[in-house]
Formats: sequence, C-alpha cells, structure tokens
Amino acid sequence: MTPIDPTPRPRRNVELVLLVLALAVGIGANALVGVDRQKAFDTDFWFQSSLLAAAALAFHIVLRIRAKYADPVILPLVVALNGLGLAMIHRLDRVGEDTGNNQLRWTLVAMAVSIAVIWFVKDHRVLRRFTYISLAISAVLLILPLVPGISAGEILGARVWIKFGSMTFQPGEIAKITLAIFFAGYLSSNRDLILLAGRKVGPIQFPRFKDMGPMLAAWLVSIGVLIFQRDLGSSILFFGLFLVMIYVATSRISWVIIGVGLIAAGGFVASKVFSHVALRIDGWINAFTDEVYGREFGGSLQIVEGLFGMANGGLVGTGLGQGRPNLVPFANSDMIIASFGEELGLIGLFAIVLMYLLLFTRGFRAALGTRDAFGKLLATGLSFAIALQCFVVIGGVTRLIPLTGLTTPFLAAGGSSLLANWIIVGLLLMISHTARGPVDTTPLAPGEQPDPQKVVPAMPSKPAAVPGTGRNSPDAPTEAVKL
Amino acid sequence: MNQAIRNSWIAAIAMFVLIFGALSYVQVVGADELEANAWNKRTLLQNYCNDRGAIIVGGTPVAESVAAAESCKFQRTYTQPEPYAGITGYFSRSFGVTGLEKTMNKELAGSSDQQFLDRVGQLFLGNQPKGASVELTLDPKIQKLAFDLIPDGQRGSIVVTNPKTGAIIAMVSKPSYDPNLIATQDPVAEAANFAELNKVPGINLNQNVSGPTGALLAPGSVFKLIDTAAALNSGKYNKDSILPNPAEMSFPGIEYKLPNYAGGNCYTRDKATFAFALQQSCNTPFASIALDLGQKAIADQAEKFGFGQDFGDQLKLDSAPSFFPVEKLDDASLAQSSIGQRDVRATPLQINEMTAAIANGGVQMQPNLIKAVRSPDLRPISEPKPQVLRTSTTPDIARQINEWMVSVVSDGIGRGAAVPGVKVAGKTGTAELGNGLNNSWFTGFAPANDPQVAVTIVMEGVDITTGAKLTSPNAKKIFEAVLNK
Repeated sequence: MTPIDPTPRPRRNVELVLLVLALAVGIGANALVGVDRQKAFDTDFWFQSSLLAAAALAFHIVLRIRAKYADPVILPLVVALNGLGLAMIHRLDRVGEDTGNNQLRWTLVAMAVSIAVIWFVKDHRVLRRFTYISLAISAVLLILPLVPGISAGEILGARVWIKFGSMTFQPGEIAKITLAIFFAGYLSSNRDLILLAGRKVGPIQFPRFKDMGPMLAAWLVSIGVLIFQRDLGSSILFFGLFLVMIYVATSRISWVIIGVGLIAAGGFVASKVFSHVALRIDGWINAFTDEVYGREFGGSLQIVEGLFGMANGGLVGTGLGQGRPNLVPFANSDMIIASFGEELGLIGLFAIVLMYLLLFTRGFRAALGTRDAFGKLLATGLSFAIALQCFVVIGGVTRLIPLTGLTTPFLAAGGSSLLANWIIVGLLLMISHTARGPVDTTPLAPGEQPDPQKVVPAMPSKPAAVPGTGRNSPDAPTEAVKL
Repeated sequence: MNQAIRNSWIAAIAMFVLIFGALSYVQVVGADELEANAWNKRTLLQNYCNDRGAIIVGGTPVAESVAAAESCKFQRTYTQPEPYAGITGYFSRSFGVTGLEKTMNKELAGSSDQQFLDRVGQLFLGNQPKGASVELTLDPKIQKLAFDLIPDGQRGSIVVTNPKTGAIIAMVSKPSYDPNLIATQDPVAEAANFAELNKVPGINLNQNVSGPTGALLAPGSVFKLIDTAAALNSGKYNKDSILPNPAEMSFPGIEYKLPNYAGGNCYTRDKATFAFALQQSCNTPFASIALDLGQKAIADQAEKFGFGQDFGDQLKLDSAPSFFPVEKLDDASLAQSSIGQRDVRATPLQINEMTAAIANGGVQMQPNLIKAVRSPDLRPISEPKPQVLRTSTTPDIARQINEWMVSVVSDGIGRGAAVPGVKVAGKTGTAELGNGLNNSWFTGFAPANDPQVAVTIVMEGVDITTGAKLTSPNAKKIFEAVLNK
C-alpha cells in the first residue's frame, strides 16, 4: 500500500485542464446545434462561447486566489452541465424564440453571484452566524409568492413565482439554500441537546417530544408549500433536505423513520384532500389511459410524449438537432432530460447522470473532510438536495414516481434555478477548500466571534459522548483527503 | 457524524441506481412498446424527409414527394389538394399525420413487412429509400364532379360507391382545405396556417375523423328504409300492408305531436301503403311501425345495416360509428328516432352503405378505397379483393325495398334524381335542426335492376328549397356521369 501523502495540494492546474474539457463539451454541443440549423460558427456562436469560457476562467482564477484548495472537479462538472443545458435550450428555441440567450445571461449573472459569494464570504463558517437570519429570510422568500402585488399568480397550477416588471423569479429556489444554512446552524448548535434525552424502544432510541420541534417545523414548512404554493416537488425537496441533515447531526435512524412516517402521512392526506396532488398521482399511474392522456389540465400528455421521445432516442440517441424533442411540452425546462434522452440517447443521459453523481459525491467528500459540524451539515444537506432534486425530476420524467415541477439543476431553462444552484456550488467549493486545505490555525480576525468549531483539535472530544453512533463516533476529521 | 454522512451518500447513490434503472427501462427495454404506441407521432415522422410513395388516383398522383432543395430532400406535395384532402389527410412535421398518410404510412414510407427485401436492397445499393405507392379506387372525374356539386361555403358530403364491390368511386366533403399549407417545411408558416385553417367553421384539423366517414348527422327520413326492413323482417307486415297515416300523432301525457311532412301529399289519405308512405315520406306510418315493433326491433335492424359497427379493414380511413339509441326511449322519443330525428346519428358513408346493401340484395360489401399498393418498380404488393362486410337483410326484403325506392323517384318526392332511360331507386330525407334549417339528404342507386352505383348526398344546414335543389338533381348528375348517359 502506498502511504497517503498528507500534504494538501491545491490541484488548480488539474481543474484548469478539466475546465477546458468541460468547455469543449458545452461549446462543442452548441456548435453541433448550429451545424444542424445551418448557421454554424456565426458571430453569435463565437460571442456566446467566448462569454461562457471567459466566465468559467474568471471563476477559476477567483478560486486560485480565494479558495485554492477547493475541489478541482466540481467547477468543471458544473460548467459542462451548464454548457450542455445552454446548447440544448438553444437547440430547442423555435424561430423567434430566444430562451438560449436568456439562459446565457442568467448563467453569467449566476456565476458572478457565486464568485461574489466566494469572494466576500471567504469562509463558510461565517454563515453560521446567520442561522436565525436565514430562517427569517426563508420565511419571507416562501411567503413572497403568496403576497398580492408581488406574486405572479398561479402559473401552471403552482404559486411559486414573483414578478418585478416583466421579470419573474422563483424565490423558493433561494429558500432551499437559506433553509439549509438555518438547519445546519441550528442542528450544529443544538445536536447535543437533541441527542441527550429520549426513550428507547427496542434497539431504536426515539427523541423526546419537545426535541421534535424543528422536525415538526420543517414538516409544517413542507406541508405549507404543498398547500399554499401547490408545489409538490419543492415540498419533497425541503423535507428531504431537513431529514438528511437531522440524521447526519444525530446519527439516529429514528429521525428518518419519524420523518418518513410524517411525509407518508402528509402525502397520503394531501393526495386525498388536494386535487392537484391527486391529479399528479392519477397522471402517473393511469398515464396511458385515454381520459388521463387527453385531460386538458394535469393530463399525462407531457410525460407520455417525454417517454416517446426517450424511447425514440434509444441507446445512442438521434444526435443533437436530429430528434423531435419539441413535441414534448416544456421540452427546455421541466422535460429537458427527455430532450437529452432523445437526442443523446441512453449513453448520453448516463453520462449526464454520472456527472451529477460525481458532483454530489464531491459534495459529500467535502462534508467528510471539513472539520466543523456546521460545514459537514451544510455540505451534506446541499449535496443531498442536488441528488434528491435529480431523483425527483428524472424519476418523474421516466415515470418512476409522479412528475413534479422541479427543475433539473444547471440544465433546465430558468434563471432562479441557475442562480440558486450556482450559489450552492460556491458554498460547496468553499467548504471543500477548508476540507482539503491545511488546518486553519490563524488567529481570529479582529471582531470575529470565537468559533468552537474552528479550534480543530478540540472538536472530536464532543461527539465522543454521543451515544449510539457506532464505531465512527468520535468524528474523524483527520481523514486523509485526496483528489 | 461521518458514518451518517457516508450513509446519506449511500442513500443518494441508491436513488441514482433507481434512476439508471428507470432510464434503461424507458430507452432500451420498454422502448419498442413505447414506439408502437398509437399516440406516438415520432414513429410516423421518422421518415419525414424520405422519398415517400405517391397516392395515385386514375393514374395521376394526388399526393407525392418531390425533390426539394431544402434541409429535407423531399417535399410532400398535394397536386389536387382540396377535393382529396379528406382522403389523403396531411403529412406535417409538427402536427402529425392524418388520413391515408397516417393509415397507409407503413406502405408509403416503405416500412411494411412486404417491403423488407426492398429495404435490404436499398441498403446495399445505397439508394435513397423509397416508399410504395398507393393506388385508389376513386374515379378522378366523379371525385371532381362531386366536389364541385357542393357549392363553396356550403357544408356537405357526397359518397359514391359500387354496391357490388364496395369500391369507393368518389368521397368528398366541404369545407375542405389545402394540405400543402401544413406540409410546408417552414415551421412558422406551418403553425400559422394550421391555426388559420382551424378557424374555418367546419374544419378541425386536430380531429381524426370528419367529413363522410366522421360527421355524425341526423339522417331524417332516409332512416325509414331501416323501419321498412324491420317491418318486413318481423313478419307482421308484408308488401300489401295498410299502415295508419294520421295527420299527426299524439302521445299520452305530453303536448308534443308528431306531424306528417307538410310538403307532400301525405294529408290526402289517413291510411297508406308502404309504397305511398315512402313516396311521400309520411312520418306517422313509420312511427307507428316503430311503436308496434318496439325499440329493440328497430335498433337490431339498424345494427344489421351497420349502425354501431365499423366499416371493416379495407376502408383505411378513421371513421366514427353511427348510432341508434339502445337506452330505453319513451314512445315519443322512439317515434321521433324512427324517422331519423332526435337521438339517431349517421355518417354519410353509413347511409351509403345501407343503401348499397339494399341495392346488393341485402349483402353489404366492405367499403374499399385501396385498389393496389405498388412497390417503386410497380410490382403489386397487395391488391385487395371485394369482401362481404355483413348481411343486412334477406334478398326478398331487399328486392321489395328496391322496388319501392324506384317508385319514390318515378312517382314520389325524389323525382329530381330521375335519369331518362335508367331505373333509379332513391330516398330523400330532411332532418330538422330546430332552427328552421335542415340536413337535406338523398340516397339511392342505379340502375335498379343491375345496380352499378350508389350515391349519397347530404347538405347540412340548408332551407327546404336549397336542400331540394342540391340533393336529388345532383344525384342525377352523378348517376349520369358514372353510367355515361
């Protein structure tokens, strides 16, 4: 066995090479789309390509300066996914439509915001101070779409949009991040309290009722989103996010059991009480019946057309620009996975799904490597959210589970989703920077609160007292982190 | 904590394993089933740019693929768009395929089982794939004549068939449209034209069935032929039966009274023979037959003539089944339904088939639109033979009704259809729409002693005079053209 070299390495050059590769994928796809439309390599193409490349390189340079130990795989993966999304959205634009350029604008804005987050926040641990502010912001963001005047009203059955002038925005996407920050902050501070007491039933220790407060709060938020915003996907996402974070904080499977029980009960009641949930389920189970297929609202036409498209793509796909993904409603947003399945085939989709798998795996890796509980929780929550979101979307498109209105991260057309996911990437990069970097022993900046998590060697003593966490308590922050 | 993070990662990986499984299922394992689904337009559009076979009428293509200088090498073109639109349907990139373009797609695209060897040959020789051509039974002269006999702006259908073989000689309806407008390769024009055409009243391009095979119309008095067959079939009536013919019929408990047709000579007698009742199209004799025999007898006879049934598999066009109510009707409703009003609906092709069965000694032939399917080297791939669809009534009853229908044209209200030197059999119908306008029908055949042609004409939403002008006299013109008189 080769001994593992414990010296931290920035690996920024590896990132640069991978980044060039990622840009080649996205820009190459866009070129193919252009060839099919008989306007390959026109000025538009060069303009778009150079903007994307410049933004990616700027991001890379910022990482060199601010987070040089950040995981070198994350940025290239995201640039490749974003580039593929841009190419597909551009390809799906009908004559007179310009969703492609709009998506490019949003990409640039999202990357700029993500860079700003890395530049100004510097260290993710700072965010812990904003635990309760994050909660307040989440509440505001979730209520905004229901406020008359700001609300964009009900669009396609859901009330998740707000509007400024002609622009619309989905604040729930950002709430995903602020909620994760709140949960991470709250749980990292209170996990001991939650862990201490509880009744043991067989091998499983159940928490005290009063410790279930945050769990019930999260459950209520999810149910509230479901009832008032009519957004099944986000509801599942928020609850899943919370569930994984409380599980990681306490290492107790009992929380997961209670949580799954709660969501099952909530889901069952919702499917009986709310027509929009019942319609989703009906459209899923009875997708191939005449009545459901032909239904004007909440019918299964969309999912069935998507399945046809993917079946048409088969193993190798029709090739970019050669299929008919436009036969599927919302081919460039909710159903973009079906569009990729049709034109790039199963092989192409496997590649895309593997990119997501690598992306969230790198996120989990950062969670393992970072030394503070807040960072671990935040990285796990955000990474799991990416995985869960992919599962809900792709599972819905393939009819594994009912279709919901979530977006495919980085691929689907939509500014709010891009912005939120790029911020998540910024956070993961920052966390991975502390995970992979040398142990931070610098004194606190003037005015900064002393952070117990920051004094690294003191950390493992606390979780050692955690009952029932098995062989891995005490936490093992000294785990070697390599590429 | 780290163990919990690892476990969460395993949970995420488990979700992704499910995703990989679901994707593999949709794109590979279950793909064939999805591709075969009837709603799947992609399979049809797969060969959009190929050299598709032509649809040929009388030796001339009415739909063909011509070489084009666009990204698609071939452009589907309809040479006589409007008279044939109801038959050919359209072949559009965005809006799918209808008509024969849809039902004969396998042959036209060259992907039918019989063309397998041709495809192998094309593969090795590197030739452009080329589909088979489809030759129709239609007579271009009669098709054109029939189309022109419906005035522009008038909704109506005309069906002309050979009662002995079931071959369709002409089948037209208005309003019609130009399929070239939505077969264009310019997606903007295609969408705009599609929306524009759909605004025309009577045109619904989203609908699979319309016109002669799909329009469900109240048949009015032509339905009395079915009452007559049911009466003779029951054994309670014979050719000499005397039927009650009151000026109006009342029903217990309601105010409604069923009147006799005011225009003819019905009012001259209060008892009538079948011949007189049919000649003058009196209502009350047939209503009383229906009340006497009961709803089931009429419904059964209608079914034997094809109501509620399909047209067999030689038609190759989507059709709507005609219907006579099966749920229990009260007396007034049954009386009205028995004269082709209220709850009865029939397509023009159904009325033609009913007429053809009477002409053909009670035997209904499968309506047939396809004369031959030919490979690109003109070798016939299939040539459908005439096939019996069903037996509607006995030869004796058919002969008797034939005789009475002749008297409708010679002595009754169908005089307009008479052709000098030819025995024409016919029956008219006027179904009231309730707004003062009617669906005006003529259905008949000629020569009565050796039927060569059955003609059904319906003009929708016309007043009595216009209806009379546009039905029987037009039938005369078609009889003359087909029989070369």
